[in-house]
Amino acid sequence: MPTVWIPPLMQKLTEGKGQIEVSGTTMRRVIEELEASYPGMRARLVNEEEDKVRTDIAVAVDGEISREGLRRKVGEASEIHFLPAMSGGRGRLSTKE
Amino acid sequence: MATSKGQILDFGDAKYKVIGTRPIRHDGADKVTGRAIYGGDTRLPGMLYAQVLRSPHAHARIKSIDTSKAEQLEGVRAVVTGKDLPPTTSNEMIDLGEGAQSLKFLRDNVLATDKTLYRGHVVAGVAATSLHIAEEALGLIEVDYEVLKPVIHALDAMKEDAPLLHDFQTTQEFGEDTGKKSNIAMHSIHKLGDIEKGFAAADVVAEYEVNTATVHQGYIEPHNATATWQMDGKLTIWTSTQGSFVVQKQTAAVLNIPVSDVKVVPQEIGGGFGGKIPVYLDPVAAMLSRKTSHPVKMVMTRADCFEGTGPTPGSYVRVKMGASRDGKITAGDSYIAFESGAYPGGLVGAAAMCIFACYDVPNGVIDFYDVVVNKPRSFAYRAPGSTHVAFAIEKVMDDLALQLGLDPIEFRLRNIATEGTRRVDGVVYPRIGAKETLEAIRDSDHNKTPLKGANRGRGVALGYWFNVGLQSSVTAGVNVNGTVHLVEGSTDIGGSRTSIAMQFAEVLGLAAEDVTPTVADTSGIGYTDVTGGSRVTFATGMAAHDAAQDVKRQMLERAVMIWECEASAAEFVDGQYRHKSDSSKSLSFKDIAAKMEETGGPIVGRATVNPAAGVGGSFAANVVDVEVDPETGKVDILRFTVAQDAGKAIHPSYVEGQMQGGSAQGVGWALNEEYFYSEDGVMANSTFLDYRIPTALDLPMIETIIIEVPNPGHPFGVRGVGEANIAPPPAAIASAIHNAVGVTLCDLPMRPDRVLAAIQERGQENQQLAAG
Amino acid sequence: MSKTHVQCVLNGENTEFLCESRESLLETLRENLGFTGSKEGCNDGNCGACSVIMDGVLVDSCLVLAVEVEGKEITTVEGLASPQGLHPLQQKFLEHAGLQCGICTPGFLVASKALLDKNPNPSEHEIRHWLAGNLCRCTGYDKIVRAVSDAAEQIK
Repeated sequence: MPTVWIPPLMQKLTEGKGQIEVSGTTMRRVIEELEASYPGMRARLVNEEEDKVRTDIAVAVDGEISREGLRRKVGEASEIHFLPAMSGGRGRLSTKE
Repeated sequence: MATSKGQILDFGDAKYKVIGTRPIRHDGADKVTGRAIYGGDTRLPGMLYAQVLRSPHAHARIKSIDTSKAEQLEGVRAVVTGKDLPPTTSNEMIDLGEGAQSLKFLRDNVLATDKTLYRGHVVAGVAATSLHIAEEALGLIEVDYEVLKPVIHALDAMKEDAPLLHDFQTTQEFGEDTGKKSNIAMHSIHKLGDIEKGFAAADVVAEYEVNTATVHQGYIEPHNATATWQMDGKLTIWTSTQGSFVVQKQTAAVLNIPVSDVKVVPQEIGGGFGGKIPVYLDPVAAMLSRKTSHPVKMVMTRADCFEGTGPTPGSYVRVKMGASRDGKITAGDSYIAFESGAYPGGLVGAAAMCIFACYDVPNGVIDFYDVVVNKPRSFAYRAPGSTHVAFAIEKVMDDLALQLGLDPIEFRLRNIATEGTRRVDGVVYPRIGAKETLEAIRDSDHNKTPLKGANRGRGVALGYWFNVGLQSSVTAGVNVNGTVHLVEGSTDIGGSRTSIAMQFAEVLGLAAEDVTPTVADTSGIGYTDVTGGSRVTFATGMAAHDAAQDVKRQMLERAVMIWECEASAAEFVDGQYRHKSDSSKSLSFKDIAAKMEETGGPIVGRATVNPAAGVGGSFAANVVDVEVDPETGKVDILRFTVAQDAGKAIHPSYVEGQMQGGSAQGVGWALNEEYFYSEDGVMANSTFLDYRIPTALDLPMIETIIIEVPNPGHPFGVRGVGEANIAPPPAAIASAIHNAVGVTLCDLPMRPDRVLAAIQERGQENQQLAAG
Repeated sequence: MSKTHVQCVLNGENTEFLCESRESLLETLRENLGFTGSKEGCNDGNCGACSVIMDGVLVDSCLVLAVEVEGKEITTVEGLASPQGLHPLQQKFLEHAGLQCGICTPGFLVASKALLDKNPNPSEHEIRHWLAGNLCRCTGYDKIVRAVSDAAEQIK
């Protein structure tokens, strides 16, 4: 089963666990599985409105940053990491947002 | 004088005909005769000249702008301010390839509306019949500012009572909004293993904290944009850019028009180093063109480049590491705070990937912060973040080595990252060349030559950059005379179009001169990501390779037609198309090209790439000898050697050039370059006189050793080399200064006055020790 | 603003133009006469990208007023090659890869020509000293210095 490495700042959602094995053949499935066991994970990783990985998060599968987001296939022995993307803020310039 | 060829250490076993040679670049004649057209050379009939007005304050609120007097000046044709930006409600993030940027912040940076957040922030633009008149008009624009208290340095901006740049910015912690209003835009942590156990197991520990000043990419060509926005809504932009398609994307987004209405024609570009990826002038030129119905040309002044573009972040970095007596690192704890400038930037994430990247650190913490300050919004400068962190960690490594009684290179080699090493941010390395690169420095002629003389010292350092892949498109049309015109979209900052043509030529057994590369505009080639991230020779080269395979396949089909034989009977061997069982049937590329029309028509090859895997990072190492003048604190570079893992050097002269150029920038960063801030938070040295980049007199010859540990992810083994070479120089020079005069400098730049102060302080300490 | 009529010799050709008194030679060359080979990097005499030779003297054309060139001979990068081919300096810059982005190259070529006109056999130090008024951000100067030295050999 693929292994997801949980970023330290998200470990309070996973009862402190740093590595979790989840089944899934795509990132979408993997994140669904994570959410099922540890609610709140998905909101931290996915932009629901656009149905894609948040722009301030980069997904690395087997050591390579993937641009395919939720569609990225993952293998049986894949290692998945989440890293902060080089991204310039979420653009809140006023209270209206 | 010795030849221009540096040393190459090839760890691969492939043999090539074109790759590895040094042909004259295809655009060479144009560049040495002054015929090449750069963005600032653009001239169109009826063209107007425009310039922008910039806020003189580090932090201010705009109460009102009165442009009426400027509009009345004879020769002025149009004025725009932030209120002229087309309305948009979009909150999208724009992907620049090298990171994403918020549209709202991008627009705000192009033309301020409510607040100006740094000295140099644009508040208005004027188009006139001459640049002189436009400049006069700027002086007639009346802006009423409410000056606010600025905050300039990261640590100050992080304090509880610091003035806030953005009233509604709250700290984001890995996808979670903490709700805390702060100049800290983003905070994150990487952890591996258990650093408490790691430090407990350490026999020696060392800790250093460093501060690095804001520095600029220093490209000699200022930013420019010429725009024509026609009656039918079509906008054409001529510009010097690292990415035509991202200019298209950003400009369309800022102006709220479809990308299909925007055509970007890249001109030759006079340096970028990461700084010419965001748009600054293009939307303003477009808006002025729309108002005037004329083409409008804008070129930044040198002061504008310093004060109004995207320098690298200033930073604070703290590193503590422990090692056991057998010379193995047991733990590493680090803290990184990066100034992102006026808007959040995220470059600190890259620094976090690099800080422990050269070594095997089994237990590590990287605690990192992206902090807004009243400076221009920072952007990528050649391996952004890696230089800052190398400057910190390499000191710690030297200190640990000293405590352990180990040679500094030997200590590094004992802990060097190799295939299978897991980085603190979690990534596991594939085949890399860190060890070979450092060994090359250890075994270099330079390192083996003893250094003699007073106040002289030698230093060594290692640095890393991860490189990127991203998207590239290539098409190749076969000419009737057996040559090829190759079309690609990667703007050429340093000779890359030739390296791409060489990779194409290699596949088909052609000569480099027979493949003519062209960099097309956005309507002439498929989407291609920026020239940056050390990606062009890698990714666009890969696309060229694939396009050549496509051409080869079509050539074989034509051979089959010519011989009227079975498809399986034809093969490609050594540049020739041969019949497998009839050795009299053999055709060259030229032969088939001549018969294109009668065998089915034009032959055009195509390929696109977006490599998800196999990018391959690059390591660079330096050994440098310095001499310190103990009376002035001036540091002279006596000898400088750089080794870098290139995977495979397609055109060695240009690989050497990248290594030498990055090294020179590193020397400037180490010894002299900085944004010098006055008390009111504005840059006091925004000219090439006072922001002093190295001249020919400041550098010796730069010896190069190209390491070729082939990257398994590229058909020819290429690893991007553009960037990693800027990471080690400040660290290596700091180490050399330490070995020369016994002082450890923890602030960049290591200016003469700082070196002198450190020497004098050490002298006083020595006196006290001797006395006591 | 009324304009001044100026006559000079530019790259060997008799040339005349009208200019405002506030225009620099660099501006006139680029915007008025269409000789965009000389480049603007700083407009205050610190980068050398605008280098031209005026009556045998190497100058930054951004620091020369256009009206000052009355009766003078100017050589820009566009005047280095001949119908027979590239100047040896141009050829050596290409062979040694003494350029990457190329924006500083016109200035370096003109400055190097001025050097070799004065000192046909310069040492490495002399080359570096003379060219310290031309900034390059891409190459680190190594290959530029070698190209100039090699061109000097060739010209001899």
